Amino acid sequence: MMKRALIAALLASAAPALAETHTIAAGEGAQERLQEALILAAPGDEIMLEAGRFVLTDGLSLDVEGVTVRGAGMDASVLDFTTQQGAGEGLLVTSDNVTLRDFAIENAKGDGIKSKGADNIIYHALRVEWTGGPLATNGAYGIYPVESANVLVQDSYVRGASDAGIYVGQSENIIVRRNRVVENVAGIEIENSNRAEVTENLATRNTGGILVFDLPGLPKVGGGDVLIARNAVIDNNTDNFAPEGNIVASVPAGTGVMVMANDNVHITDNALINNATSHVMLIAYSQDYTDARYQPRPVNVMVRDNVFGSGGSAPDFEGGTMLAQAFGGSLPPVLTDGLHEKLAVMGKVTAITLNLSEVGQPLTEARPSILQMPPIVSVKDLAPVALPAEMEARLR
Amino acid sequence: MRRDTALLAAASLMLGAVVAEARLTAPQVSDVAIAGAGFPKTLGEFGFFADGARQVPAARVTPYALNTPLWSDGADKLRFIYVPEGTQLAADGDGLLQFPVGAAIIKTFAYGEGADRRLIETRVLLHRADGWTALPYRWNAEQTEASLALAGGRIDLTTPAGEAISYAIPNKNQCKSCHGKDGAVIPIGPKARNLSADWLGQMVNRGNLDRVPDGADGLPDWRTHAVGPAEPLARAYLDVNCAHCHQPGGGASNSGLDLRWEQDDAHALGILKRPVAAGRGAGGHDFSILPGQPDGSILLYRMDSAEPGIAMPELGKASVDRDGGAVVRRWILEMKQQ
Repeated sequence: MMKRALIAALLASAAPALAETHTIAAGEGAQERLQEALILAAPGDEIMLEAGRFVLTDGLSLDVEGVTVRGAGMDASVLDFTTQQGAGEGLLVTSDNVTLRDFAIENAKGDGIKSKGADNIIYHALRVEWTGGPLATNGAYGIYPVESANVLVQDSYVRGASDAGIYVGQSENIIVRRNRVVENVAGIEIENSNRAEVTENLATRNTGGILVFDLPGLPKVGGGDVLIARNAVIDNNTDNFAPEGNIVASVPAGTGVMVMANDNVHITDNALINNATSHVMLIAYSQDYTDARYQPRPVNVMVRDNVFGSGGSAPDFEGGTMLAQAFGGSLPPVLTDGLHEKLAVMGKVTAITLNLSEVGQPLTEARPSILQMPPIVSVKDLAPVALPAEMEARLR
Repeated sequence: MRRDTALLAAASLMLGAVVAEARLTAPQVSDVAIAGAGFPKTLGEFGFFADGARQVPAARVTPYALNTPLWSDGADKLRFIYVPEGTQLAADGDGLLQFPVGAAIIKTFAYGEGADRRLIETRVLLHRADGWTALPYRWNAEQTEASLALAGGRIDLTTPAGEAISYAIPNKNQCKSCHGKDGAVIPIGPKARNLSADWLGQMVNRGNLDRVPDGADGLPDWRTHAVGPAEPLARAYLDVNCAHCHQPGGGASNSGLDLRWEQDDAHALGILKRPVAAGRGAGGHDFSILPGQPDGSILLYRMDSAEPGIAMPELGKASVDRDGGAVVRRWILEMKQQ
């Protein structure tokens, strides 16, 4: 904490006078010139990427606090990793107070941009894209902050990720807003994280639009306090193209919003249209686990004031078609496996339950029926996520 | 691997010769270059070598070898430790030796034998007052000097296994990718458990080390990899090649996979552990290690790949270590099927 306070003070006092801008152009030697600038930058400096296509052969990395990497626009300054030969991601950030804005990452061999243990990070107006569209050979995550506090991802575009377009993992205090996520397996995924707001995003043509997951056996478990609000979650019916073995490979095509485990998730004021399996799905983690800290059920989930369009007409799971027929051709907008605790679906919205009674029970034992909602006793509060004022100020 | 020992012996002999010669020519390591704040432009400025091209060390620069070494595309590695006058290393159980400020660790990567040997790069770890600094130096074609390569670089070469690869010199940040723990740079290799008792004893005799600790020399000798018991060899290999990232506080801590030698929790080691962020690295498999089934295990799938996005380790690897893979395969095969 002392260190962080000191750095914040340094940034506040010294940065305006001493900060330098290092301008990097595309062309011969871009890999070395850009990487060297990222290494030699001082806290507070800005690396300016001129418009152009930067052809890169290796992953880039930034480990200096308080640096801004700024391009001339998400279609103008392109970091092209099509010929990448090494490293697990296009750009790796491991320092705090970093701003990434107005550039693109194309065709990274692994993840697009990863930030790990990088607090107070801003991703603004970026484009991360696998230009061949949805392919299993694409990298896993587009925008990938993990193990961080205070994460802002906004106004960005991610397409083609073979896992999640925007993935926030094992982090806390998170805002993901006004992004467009298209043709990924998961559009946006919040995993093993706390206090997240996912708002005003467009998630379309993914396999699943927005996922809120908690998994056992990771350093941080016990995710929750997540708001999914004012998003457009439309046409997420792309066949699942995730490599087998990954948890998202089990997400059915046609999923709007899916909550697995987690405590306290509010799904409100979204428009969910033409998601062919289910607009909102709640499930327990069904695999074996040995993690004593872990709670596999979704608890305290509230669904309120959403607009539901057509959907649920071609559920992508075994017996789904028959089930839809039993409900007159399409499933109601909310589906639970029956293992939730404290679910509140407000308004005149029908939910169905598979009536599983034990975590891990196979779907073949489902006994689907309309969920009889108990009277709502109380809904758990969700406080707004507040990022440090300094972060919002950085973008002005 | 026998070469390593022969090299070490030769280097030790040369060290004697050099020390004798030093009374006349006195090649001295530059403590200022090590401890200063800057990044010296050339390796020569440190004075670690009496003869750089032949890798003859200067006074107080001691060669060492590891029981189980990190594999780097089959490169030969020449390792040295510099301990400043009036200081010594301190043992800390079987773990990393504790280095005084002003000490340095030097590692040269080379390919080819005898007169054909080419030095590719030399990486230095400098113990400065504010912590360790890692810097890569690239040798010139004439083999007369190595220059700072802050941003790394690539060199086309052929490995001893006969594979043509694009060899990657890491950039300064990538040094930290492997050498980082809890945000700080630390050495990886010179742990007492991975150093021979003989070498440690010699260091004590010379006054360069305080004692030979319990647990020293505990990792198996990798030269036995083809015939030795699989479990200790595989665990040593994973500790040395993977655990600098795959441990709490390491670069891959978020995976929950912990491959350290001292870890004994089966799930943390990957046994029946599901992947979290493996992407296409999962290769269609459900578990890092599926007991009895090496071909159904993500860990081996990624070791056996050289393709970026799939291959592990992510850095310092452009080809596949067949020997390492064979040992890990034997270990997984031995495990009881569930």
